[in-house]
Amino acid sequence: MGNEQSLLFSRVLTELTLSFHIIFATIGVGVPLLIMIAQWAGIKKQDEHYILLARRWTRGYAVTVAVGVVTGTIIGLQLSLLWPTFMRAAGNVIALPLFMETFAFFLEAIFLGIYLYTWDRFENQRKHLLLLVPVAIGAGFSAVFITIVNAFMNTPRGFAVLNGELVNIKPLEAMFNPAVPTKAAHVLLTAFMTASFILASIAAFHLLRGSNHAYHKKALLLTMKLGAVFAIASAVLGDFSGKFLAEYQPEKLAAAEWHLETTSEAPLVMFGVLDDDGKVRGALTIPFALSILAFGSPNAEVAGLDQFPVEEHPPLYIHYLFDSMVIIGVFLMCLSLIYLIGMRFKWKAVSSKWFTGLIVLGGPLAIVAIEAGWWFTEVGRQPWILRGVMKTAESATVSPNVDVMLYLFTVLYVFLAIGCVGVLLRMFKKNPIEKELSDRALLRKGEMA
Amino acid sequence: MTIEVLGAFVLWLFLFGYIYLGSVEFGAGFYNAYGKMTGKEKLLENVIQRYLSPVWEVTNVFLVFFFVGIVGFFPETAYFYGTTLLIPVSIALIFLSIRGAYYAFAVYGLSNPGFTYVYGLTGLVLPASLSIVLAISAGGFIEMGESGPMLSSRSLLLSPFAWSVVALSLVSVLYISAVFLTWYAAYAKDVKAEFLLRKYALIFALPAIAGAGVFLVLMQGHNREIFSRLLEYWWIFGLSLLFFLGTVYFIWKKTRYGLAVIFSALQYFSAFMGYGIAHYPYLLYPHLTLFDGFTNRAMAVALITAFILGLLLLIPSIYLLLRLFLFDKQYVAGKRINHA
Ligand code: HDD
Ligand code: HEM
Ligand code: HEM
Repeated sequence: MGNEQSLLFSRVLTELTLSFHIIFATIGVGVPLLIMIAQWAGIKKQDEHYILLARRWTRGYAVTVAVGVVTGTIIGLQLSLLWPTFMRAAGNVIALPLFMETFAFFLEAIFLGIYLYTWDRFENQRKHLLLLVPVAIGAGFSAVFITIVNAFMNTPRGFAVLNGELVNIKPLEAMFNPAVPTKAAHVLLTAFMTASFILASIAAFHLLRGSNHAYHKKALLLTMKLGAVFAIASAVLGDFSGKFLAEYQPEKLAAAEWHLETTSEAPLVMFGVLDDDGKVRGALTIPFALSILAFGSPNAEVAGLDQFPVEEHPPLYIHYLFDSMVIIGVFLMCLSLIYLIGMRFKWKAVSSKWFTGLIVLGGPLAIVAIEAGWWFTEVGRQPWILRGVMKTAESATVSPNVDVMLYLFTVLYVFLAIGCVGVLLRMFKKNPIEKELSDRALLRKGEMA
Repeated sequence: MTIEVLGAFVLWLFLFGYIYLGSVEFGAGFYNAYGKMTGKEKLLENVIQRYLSPVWEVTNVFLVFFFVGIVGFFPETAYFYGTTLLIPVSIALIFLSIRGAYYAFAVYGLSNPGFTYVYGLTGLVLPASLSIVLAISAGGFIEMGESGPMLSSRSLLLSPFAWSVVALSLVSVLYISAVFLTWYAAYAKDVKAEFLLRKYALIFALPAIAGAGVFLVLMQGHNREIFSRLLEYWWIFGLSLLFFLGTVYFIWKKTRYGLAVIFSALQYFSAFMGYGIAHYPYLLYPHLTLFDGFTNRAMAVALITAFILGLLLLIPSIYLLLRLFLFDKQYVAGKRINHA
């Protein structure tokens, strides 16, 4: 196998592992916060439904975390196995957040172990809830630290290149590079948002299947409230991310928007196709919108792709990825707001079958948006692995057999996916909420007698 | 101590942490599968669920800490080992994933007996494939080709030295975990399990020490430089031997299992440190030393600072974990079921 082949398979394997890991990572970051809110509501209101909600979410969470841990371990090692030249450079400059991430993992893993195995062990339930705080903090910080590494790949800072050597290294400057604030905030908020809509999907699914239990209704209302808040926040941060791109990575924004020529009063292009002459066809254009997205003013001049050498243009298909993410974001925001308003004013429509069905779709759609968002940022950085410093093609491993590894890991991920879904389904089918509630009532009676 | 040595020491320490905790885990999985095969099934399942399930993620983080840390302190290793170890490490990763999946899936009722066997088997394959990396670091298996370093799989597979490392790791895993689990079973007042595990501990004690001897002899032929440094520090290994004798004595006499566990940990700790010192200054013999592979000074200072702050966070947390799961008699004995 030649080096070209190694490069191709290294790319595919990296894409596959990251795309798989990110599903579980996102759940891992978002769900602890939701469990915390539900358990807190349960303690405050002395409502057993919320406590059980937290408890059942925790059980599911324990399974997804395990898959997150193993796939995360895989990607952590694969980065060195597949991109040794890149990791050598990264090790010199951006190792600090990567290293700090392991402490976040430690914190999360330790307290998750404790939290999982200490239900009902404390007299005071608040103490048990307190154990979840380090879990949520650890998960949040691990996302922030890894996103810092990724931000560095987009806006490398804190070093100079002299005769091909990295010199004058400043770890803190590398760590606090300009992409960090918008990226880390958007990643965190979209994780909370995704977790809310996934859990809302589950509640909606039970209602759609004919359950009329107050438990599911409370779950749905809670998750939709949180979903609405996080969806709005994500969209605001997404707007900031666009402004960040306009300033620091204009070629990515131009490619995403098919903004081919530099203009002021730039319109936003949605959907459409590019024909053979590079003309946009069948697109919906919103006047001034791109100038507003990029600089907050309808008259601002936005750099087009013509400003950049052709060999540094990112692939133009990222346009569709960007569109998918934004549309899903707007859709979920509207869906949750309509639901909340509808519940407030007792509209029949929001409890109807078709509306509940839309909510069921919400969770999977949020995951699609996460995938689209990451593919958009990562593919939009190409051909660079470190923007302006190192090309992806120069940094892949030269070792043969990457193709065999790709097949092996594909089989592994299929097995993990099937196992994970299978266990989750079984776990909740075997122990539906009605059964668990009555079991617990019996248990209490037994204790009193 | 120079900052390079300090960095290497910290990483070596965490690698030892992984090896020790991992050995307990790997061995437990193997004994469990073996028990199932010979019809003693329930005996070990309890131990695995009570002790291993809450802590396996923590064990895994020790490994993550090691490989992330080594890229930070010695970025050059990412290049050398990254380029050459694609196959052995990928295989290890797949087995590691199967183990993680076992905890998540089997504990929640996807109990397929086949899965238990696979899990048990990974308990042997994983230490074998990870210990290969240690064998490679002793030199002789990586050549510098035109496009970079290359692993010569053929000479690795044909090398008695490499196989002695694998054998030593296997018997050590079985020995370490039997000693630990004997104590745990006694603590949980599970007499049957204690009896069985004590027997395993005694069975594997001799092979464990003999394996170390064979390793030493073969090292002489494989790498004279490391061998002569091993002899230079003979007293560390002498100390290790004393700890070994202490452990076996207590296990044999059925007293002070707690001390036996501590001694067995110290036995491997001193041997591991002694080996690390003998390996000095090479990260990969003879291509890479601690000094030419080291990161820049600014990063080193930043990493050490982060490490110290991190420890302040970790030590109290680990203490809490141990207190709740390892040293809580009611929990260990299975009188509490508090799982979510
Ligand atoms: C539920 C998921 C989700 C949703 C609904 C949105 N995003 Fe997003 N977006 C992400 C999930 C995401 C992400 C997965 O978190 C990304 C990928 C990489 C990153 O930093 O965040 C991202 C990146 C990302 C970037 C690129 C940042 C960069 O390359 O540095 C921009 C410009 C936006 N988003 C803008 C938006 C806008 C204007 C949205 C309007 C509603 C939006 N996003 C909704
Ligand atoms: C977890 C969310 C992430 C996802 C889903 C993701 C996905 C992707 C995708 C799709 C590419 C391919 C671009 C192309 O080849 O055209 C890519 C490139 C790359 N990403 Fe990311 N990425 C993520 C985060 C990160 C982070 C945080 C890092 C760094 C630590 C990283 C390291 C890389 C590397 C080394 C490449 C170049 C290899 C390649 O082109 O496939 N990624 N990533
Ligand atoms: C922005 C995208 C990512 C997010 C949000 C994220 C988040 C997480 C989270 C929350 C976990 C922990 C699972 C748990 O212990 O609960 C995890 C595991 C892990 N992630 Fe990711 N991750 C991302 C991408 C990556 C990338 C690109 C790498 C590679 C450097 C990586 C490396 C790891 C490792 C090594 C683990 C296992 C840690 C352990 O054993 O506990 N992650 N990730």
